[in-house]
Amino acid sequence: MPNEDLHRKGAKGFDARLIIYYLALVIIGWITIYSTCYIPEGSNAIFDFSQPYGKQLIWIATSLLLGIIVLLIDGKIIQHYAYIFYLVCLVLMILVLFIGTEISGAKAWIKIGTVSIQPTEFMKVATALALARFFNEGKTEGEKRYGWLFSIGLIMVPVLIIMLQHDAGSALVFASFFLLFYREGLSGEALLLAVVAAFIAIFTLIFNETYTIALLTVVFIIFMMKDHTQKKKARRDIIVFAISILFVFAVNIIYENMFEPHQKERIDTIFGKTSDPKGADFNLNQSKIAIGSGGFFGKGYLKGTQTKLKFVPEQSTDFIFCAIGEEWGFMGTLVVFGLFGALIFRILALSERQRLPFVRYYGYGIAGILIVHFFINIGMTIGLVPIIGIPLPFISYGGSSLWAFTTMLFIFIKLNDN
Amino acid sequence: MQKQRRYYIILLLIGLLAVVYLARLFSIQVLNKTYKDKAEQNALRYITEHPARGLIYDRHDSLLVYNDAAYDLMVVPNELRDFDTAELCRVLDLTKEEVEKKIARAMKYSKILPSLFEQQISKEDYGFLQEKMYEFPGFFVQNRTLRSYPHPIAAHILGYVSEVNDQDMENDNYYKMGDYIGKSGIEKAYESVLRGVKGKRVVLVDVHNREMGSYDNGSEDVVPVPGTSLWSTLDLKLQRYGEELMQNKRGAIVAIEPKTGEILCLISSPTYDPNLFVGTARPKNYGVLQQDPKKPLFNRALMASYPPGSTFKLANGLIALQDGIITPSTVYTCSGGGYHLGNHVVHCHNCGGLNIYTAIQRSCNSFFCRAYYNILSNRKKYKDIDEAYTAWLDYMTSMGFIQKYETDLPYELRGSIPSAEYFDKKYNNSWNGNTVVSMGIGQGEAAVTPLQMANMLAVIANHGYYIKPHVVRAIGHRDSLNTQFNEKIYSKIKPEHFVTVLQGMKLVVTAGTGRGAQIPGIEVAGKTGTAQNPHGADHSVFALIAPADDPEIVIFCLVENGGFGASVACPIASLMAELYLNGEVKRTDLEKRMKELTLR
Repeated sequence: MPNEDLHRKGAKGFDARLIIYYLALVIIGWITIYSTCYIPEGSNAIFDFSQPYGKQLIWIATSLLLGIIVLLIDGKIIQHYAYIFYLVCLVLMILVLFIGTEISGAKAWIKIGTVSIQPTEFMKVATALALARFFNEGKTEGEKRYGWLFSIGLIMVPVLIIMLQHDAGSALVFASFFLLFYREGLSGEALLLAVVAAFIAIFTLIFNETYTIALLTVVFIIFMMKDHTQKKKARRDIIVFAISILFVFAVNIIYENMFEPHQKERIDTIFGKTSDPKGADFNLNQSKIAIGSGGFFGKGYLKGTQTKLKFVPEQSTDFIFCAIGEEWGFMGTLVVFGLFGALIFRILALSERQRLPFVRYYGYGIAGILIVHFFINIGMTIGLVPIIGIPLPFISYGGSSLWAFTTMLFIFIKLNDN
Repeated sequence: MQKQRRYYIILLLIGLLAVVYLARLFSIQVLNKTYKDKAEQNALRYITEHPARGLIYDRHDSLLVYNDAAYDLMVVPNELRDFDTAELCRVLDLTKEEVEKKIARAMKYSKILPSLFEQQISKEDYGFLQEKMYEFPGFFVQNRTLRSYPHPIAAHILGYVSEVNDQDMENDNYYKMGDYIGKSGIEKAYESVLRGVKGKRVVLVDVHNREMGSYDNGSEDVVPVPGTSLWSTLDLKLQRYGEELMQNKRGAIVAIEPKTGEILCLISSPTYDPNLFVGTARPKNYGVLQQDPKKPLFNRALMASYPPGSTFKLANGLIALQDGIITPSTVYTCSGGGYHLGNHVVHCHNCGGLNIYTAIQRSCNSFFCRAYYNILSNRKKYKDIDEAYTAWLDYMTSMGFIQKYETDLPYELRGSIPSAEYFDKKYNNSWNGNTVVSMGIGQGEAAVTPLQMANMLAVIANHGYYIKPHVVRAIGHRDSLNTQFNEKIYSKIKPEHFVTVLQGMKLVVTAGTGRGAQIPGIEVAGKTGTAQNPHGADHSVFALIAPADDPEIVIFCLVENGGFGASVACPIASLMAELYLNGEVKRTDLEKRMKELTLR
């Protein structure tokens, strides 16, 4: 079966399925953006470039052009310049800190004329490429700890800069490279460590550091009762306990100092700590009402009342899934999940079959990014994750994100063909 | 192989996550019906943001009118659900029938637009209702402002605001039910300036009648533009002092700065506290004041027509000089008890031989009757009595009589001096100067308003012109002067004749009928008057110009049933001039006597 598949693709063509999924998602995106801006009595001319749907047409056209250019470049060159690309993006990111424009709280945009570009979006592609190149050099094989640390560094440098831009949502996306690490042999212990760390962090945010430390102490005492006879194990328990407590304080410090008030509010909302009907809860509630009122078949295209009346904020960008949910109902949900599922599965499946590990590393890198974007974006509209402003790939309105995701996918299509 | 295994673990985890998400979405979209109801109940509410009305200051930046917070309870009939009527009745102190009537009235106006349910609820009721709002879907509270007056004076000039009526809404669709509009005085004349521009707020309202924040981040909201403040021409101290002097008397005082036409004070007595017309108490207080036989609501300064009495002699003297009937050296003799017209005598005091100066000084009836008769009998200039009388009317008109100024004083009247046709008809075309001679001394058919008399004094003070009297000097900023009314209007009298008349008026105060008007250190020109009143005691009248050589103020004062001009009107006008020019009154005995004087 897999071989048959490889043969069908052959050496001559790019993967048709990926391109079809891509086009389907982009078209769904444009149709939905049109609907969110549609005014029943208005003119609604498709080529009205003052409207988001008109502009999105330009973004789609330029993205396709960008995709074609990527397909024309030699795959070897892409691999060769991976680090350079990474460094260029880093420089742009640092530049944004000084000359950037602030849009909804994040100083993450460079304004060129009327167009605003968000280098963070391209940083994701660049990091995926740089990591793939680094993994390809074989320095992370087996127990080479320095290699793992260096690759984590490749991720952490952009993350730190993004945090300085006050764009916590985008920073979170970089956690997606964990998928690549896991696939490439990061030990199960590290995985366990991550899960425990996540648990401690969430527990701290829901309750407070006192309760968390109390809980940790209980766990520690249980372990000590078991291990106190063995000197080595007891010492390990003490060290782990100490680090955990430091971690609890670190979580608190990061929460208090790194997040903006509105982000804190959203985090508090998701953990049920506040119920301010006018605040973050309100947006989530309106979002759920919009999606929930869609029913199984939806209200019909251009007939959404909640999205038309702008009860939900950021209709065409971060909350675009509300419009799909309202107008196309659960059917629309299934189509979007189906397309994304197929796209991600296809990327992972093709990655697994690569003879060149570089392509596999890259494939896992971008699959992780798409997965995190997808689940966080949709999760926030239905109250499963805090409201974090990141776009739904290929569908949300916006030039930077569409360009970056297109580049990201088409590099994979190109590399896959080599 | 470990890596292959991890590939499948990854797929499994993604699959699990997708299942969780789809389950959640299925639950929200298909299983749970409450979201559909909520979507239908998601409502928008349009709240009018009423701008603060412009403030009104006096000429020295003292505040005369400001705004106080108030709260109106509004209702949107379509959003009404079952609510506890008894509870609402208790809070607002209404009966069940009243509540039903109010809702019916709101329904009649609009089912979807907010209507006023109960205006100006108290702060306590507001606080209570605010907490209970969720029990009354369809109701909401809107902030309003009420007029407030730090000094209980100048009610007639400032005017008042009240809720718009159907006519107001029809005339200007800016007004919606429950809005306020200036109904009289400055509030009416400057309504369009004072009212500002209404704003609006569009808010989301949930099923529990709670406001859930602005709709579309406030993109539909319009910030209200506050009303523009006005600086009136009034002098707070002078107005207040005049009202104090006039207490327990009926009458009117108008003071004007002659160079600018600015009204320094305009008093109609009895008056009322403008605070009585604020808020829900207005209808009741209005009724009480309207029933009062002393007519406190009637603005005597603008609307009452009084016989001007001897102060009218000034105008007739000017016309006689202008028409060449007399010169400053012309002497008429007063003897035999007055001016004889056949059997009838206009009484006088056997003044002897008089020129214009002494005639004014002693207010000689004989002199002015003869002068007036001669004006109307001047057949060299006018071919008949009609032409002569009409020419006289023209002179009077040029000095500001027989007209409304139509500046910023709503409801002024034009007084009445009959036309030649009136007398033609009345006397069957057979009349002459003697028929109407009593008008020569300010009696008979002539009736003028105190404002017109004050304006005539301004013409004299300015040696021949006036600027229409008005009551607002600056709009928006104290230095942004109101230039609508700064045109100089010239009379048909030559400037030198005013010098002559003013000379006579000086003699009135130094050695004539108005010696009580003397103010230490200031040369005052004046003229007394005693207006005959067929209904009772004569009205006391005084006309004052000070300082005589460079007038800063003219005052016309009329006290009903006050008797001789010298006895009441003269000291009152003089005290006011003293306060205005000297900043303080030294003649405290006189002041006390005047304040305590009560005339019924």
